[in-house]
Amino acid sequence: MVDETLATYGDWSHGAATFLYLMAMALHLVEYAFGRRSTLAVAEPARELATVGGGSSGTTITPGVVPTEQGPGRVERLGRMGVAVTVLGAVMHVASLVLRGVAAGRAPWGNMYEYGSLVCLVAVVTYLVLLYKFGARKLGVFILVPVTFLMFIGGTLLYAQAAPLQPSLRSYWLVVHVLAAAVASGVFMVPGVASVLYLIKARNEKRPDKMVKLAGKLPSKDLLDRVAYRTTVLAFPVFTFGVICGGIWAEAAWGRFWDWDPKETVALVCWVIYAAYLHARATAGWRGTPAAVINVVGFAGTVFNLFFVNLVTSGLHSYAGV
Amino acid sequence: MTVDAPEAPASAPLPRRSRPRRVLDFLRNTWRGLTSMRTALVLLFLLALAALPGALLPQWSLNAQRVTDYIVAHGWWGRLLNQLQFFEVYGSVWFAAIYLLLFVSLVGCLTPRTFEYAKALRAKPVLTPRNLGRLPLNRESTVDTPVDEVIASARTRLRGWRTVEREEDDGSRTISAEKGYLREAGNLAFHFAMLGLIVALAVGKLFNYEGQVIVLANGSQFCNSGVVGYDSFEPGLTVDGTDLTPFCLQVNGFQVTYLPSGQPEHFRVDMRYQSEGDLTAGTWRDYPLESNSPLRTAGDRVYLMGNGYAPRFTVRYPDGTERVGLIQWRPVDPSTFLSEGAVKFDPPGVTDPVQRRTKQLAVTGLFAPTAGFDGKVLTSRFPDLLDPAVAVDVLRGDLGNDSGRGQSIFSVDQSMVDSGRLKKIARENLRLGQHLTLDDGTRITFDGVERFVSLKVAHDPAQDWVLVFAVALVLGLGVSLTIKRRRFWVRATRITRDQGPDRTLIQVGGLARTDQAGYGEEFGRLADDVLRTSGRDT
Ligand code: HEM
Repeated sequence: MVDETLATYGDWSHGAATFLYLMAMALHLVEYAFGRRSTLAVAEPARELATVGGGSSGTTITPGVVPTEQGPGRVERLGRMGVAVTVLGAVMHVASLVLRGVAAGRAPWGNMYEYGSLVCLVAVVTYLVLLYKFGARKLGVFILVPVTFLMFIGGTLLYAQAAPLQPSLRSYWLVVHVLAAAVASGVFMVPGVASVLYLIKARNEKRPDKMVKLAGKLPSKDLLDRVAYRTTVLAFPVFTFGVICGGIWAEAAWGRFWDWDPKETVALVCWVIYAAYLHARATAGWRGTPAAVINVVGFAGTVFNLFFVNLVTSGLHSYAGV
Repeated sequence: MTVDAPEAPASAPLPRRSRPRRVLDFLRNTWRGLTSMRTALVLLFLLALAALPGALLPQWSLNAQRVTDYIVAHGWWGRLLNQLQFFEVYGSVWFAAIYLLLFVSLVGCLTPRTFEYAKALRAKPVLTPRNLGRLPLNRESTVDTPVDEVIASARTRLRGWRTVEREEDDGSRTISAEKGYLREAGNLAFHFAMLGLIVALAVGKLFNYEGQVIVLANGSQFCNSGVVGYDSFEPGLTVDGTDLTPFCLQVNGFQVTYLPSGQPEHFRVDMRYQSEGDLTAGTWRDYPLESNSPLRTAGDRVYLMGNGYAPRFTVRYPDGTERVGLIQWRPVDPSTFLSEGAVKFDPPGVTDPVQRRTKQLAVTGLFAPTAGFDGKVLTSRFPDLLDPAVAVDVLRGDLGNDSGRGQSIFSVDQSMVDSGRLKKIARENLRLGQHLTLDDGTRITFDGVERFVSLKVAHDPAQDWVLVFAVALVLGLGVSLTIKRRRFWVRATRITRDQGPDRTLIQVGGLARTDQAGYGEEFGRLADDVLRTSGRDT
């Protein structure tokens, strides 16, 4: 029933992807540590910046910071290698999920190991898309840290053998609902990280003696804020859709579309927090740092929902507990 | 005659207003405060915060046993939490207060916004700013094309935008264009959908009901005719259980397949039902009930929630009369279906209650669908019915049925055992078909096993509305977050030169009313087209 060989190859790919992310993280770290103090604009003069132009938007390249262009230096080449390795990792990552899916004959997001892996894949892909659009390679290290960590935890502590699903999980709503939840969580990882960086940068700007090492090389606050907003705005409707699909499925499976099961409750709490983020960003006085704090709290809630609620509390969600 | 006017105290520079006036001001300020976005934000946070204990503390509605344990374990703290409704968060006064406030806030903020939106739909795009160079997005160029042609071609380019053309005092001509009105519509739809959702949820709470019932899968029937038919029943606020939707079910069998690991693979209840016209006509319809596919009939839904085993015991009394006991036992280990329970018998032919109370029998203990013996201790090795066995105690005496206390169907009344009125008289492991004999010659045979299914019947007349509003909510959200409200202005000014023909200075500017990000590219394309109207761009 389960193709063990394929499943094993899938697990190997998962390991390989984790390893490649670790490598990429190391490469980025070297670039980050020894690279020039520069804004993102160095890596790739992003189109976005060129067209937005204008003095007021705050994304202009501060004169003193633009380096004299002399082709990519050695350190920078390491960074580009890092991106290449990340892409390779993502390819292995996709392969691992596909193999798992084929081996088990179902959508490969039926337990925490698979789900966590999918979330990480979405985060990496989102980062790569941002890299393409904004050229914000400086984000690389910071995205890869939680990704590598989650992948590692997934491959060890949360590992589960490829197996068919429980009857209660056999529904096409599983495919839709869990996929939407994973995509939203994965995308939310990016604004979560960007908002943490925003806070670091903001603290450094207020007290220049704080966080010097970290903040000096970060992208501008404005860019971090925009990355956070645009990714949140992308993930929020997907998340909403996912929660609603969850309701539809719950109605078919448990007899009630909403049962205040811990997982549902925490999802609602996260949803409300992200809605608050959108409101905060549209309200004078809450823009900037408070909004970033809210976004971080939202992501913390998402992670809490994945780990604490699954492993500690017990509810109706039947792959609660690995 | 304003005698006391000069004596108005200096510390109160505001003229004293009449009481009703002050009350009115207070109300108005409260209302303004309540309907501001800032308050909504705070309320949103409160809601998030208030929902959390429901996920972290055990809740009566989900698991009453765990709440009781928690309260016992935490002493006064547990009792305090209980009094403050922390174990029924979603029915608590404070939770209701927050969402009611949010609801009011929502209404108060949506009503004026709707009117504003209606007005904005009819309004003309605003005047072109004097200095387009100040806008976050702006470009300009000078071309040979005459002003009129520039404007004409910009007009064509801006098809699909709401535009208005104006002529300024110095003879320049301008176009003000605006697009993305749908954003606000989406936003309103989203917030109204949220309102609708809250209302539909409340209506559901009034008229819903839910009941659980266990039915043996041996042709047993269940009819939704009243509360008494259920093992447990949860009515909505206005439901008293007198007019449930009538329908009947008959469970003829339960099929389950297991993987070698013991994980269940597939469940199916072989079931027939009759509802509405069938009831009078006496016809039945087949319905294979499976996980994730409830039976929906006559506004009610029937779900498969669980299953288990009911061992059958036949008691043959010394006088030759027989009694058959068959009742569900409760699975104690969900992975192996080791189950526990009790089958209770009244002695036949004994009418005197005192006499009867010395001769009642209970067969209680463990049941294993696939038996394994650890020495003499019965365990179950597999959840499927492969090699059933029971390990039972037989007790005789007073079962306590007449004591007035509620009796569990899964166990004997321990207080009767403690007080010595119910005595253990035998203990044995029995495989299917085996029997034990009591001291008085009574023979108890373990002679069969039936499966049972646990069904849930649910009724919520508002749930389709909840779905409708939820879908509207997502659509509204999608529209409001993807569409940008944006403005674009063109100004064409003739430049007269001393030599050569006149030229035209074209200035364009853009402004996104929400988030600038993302408008840049579209603006760039628009500007390219408008500025290069003649191809003789300089
Ligand atoms: C659970 C409650 C609420 C949720 C989930 C919610 C969600 C949202 C979302 C997603 C937006 C779009 C943000 C954007 O345009 O960037 C929005 C906008 C808005 N919401 Fe809410 N909202 C809620 C309650 C309220 C309440 C109670 C009010 C009024 C007091 C309100 C007022 C507004 C306003 C004025 C906007 C427009 C912001 C803008 O145009 O940028 N919302 N809301």
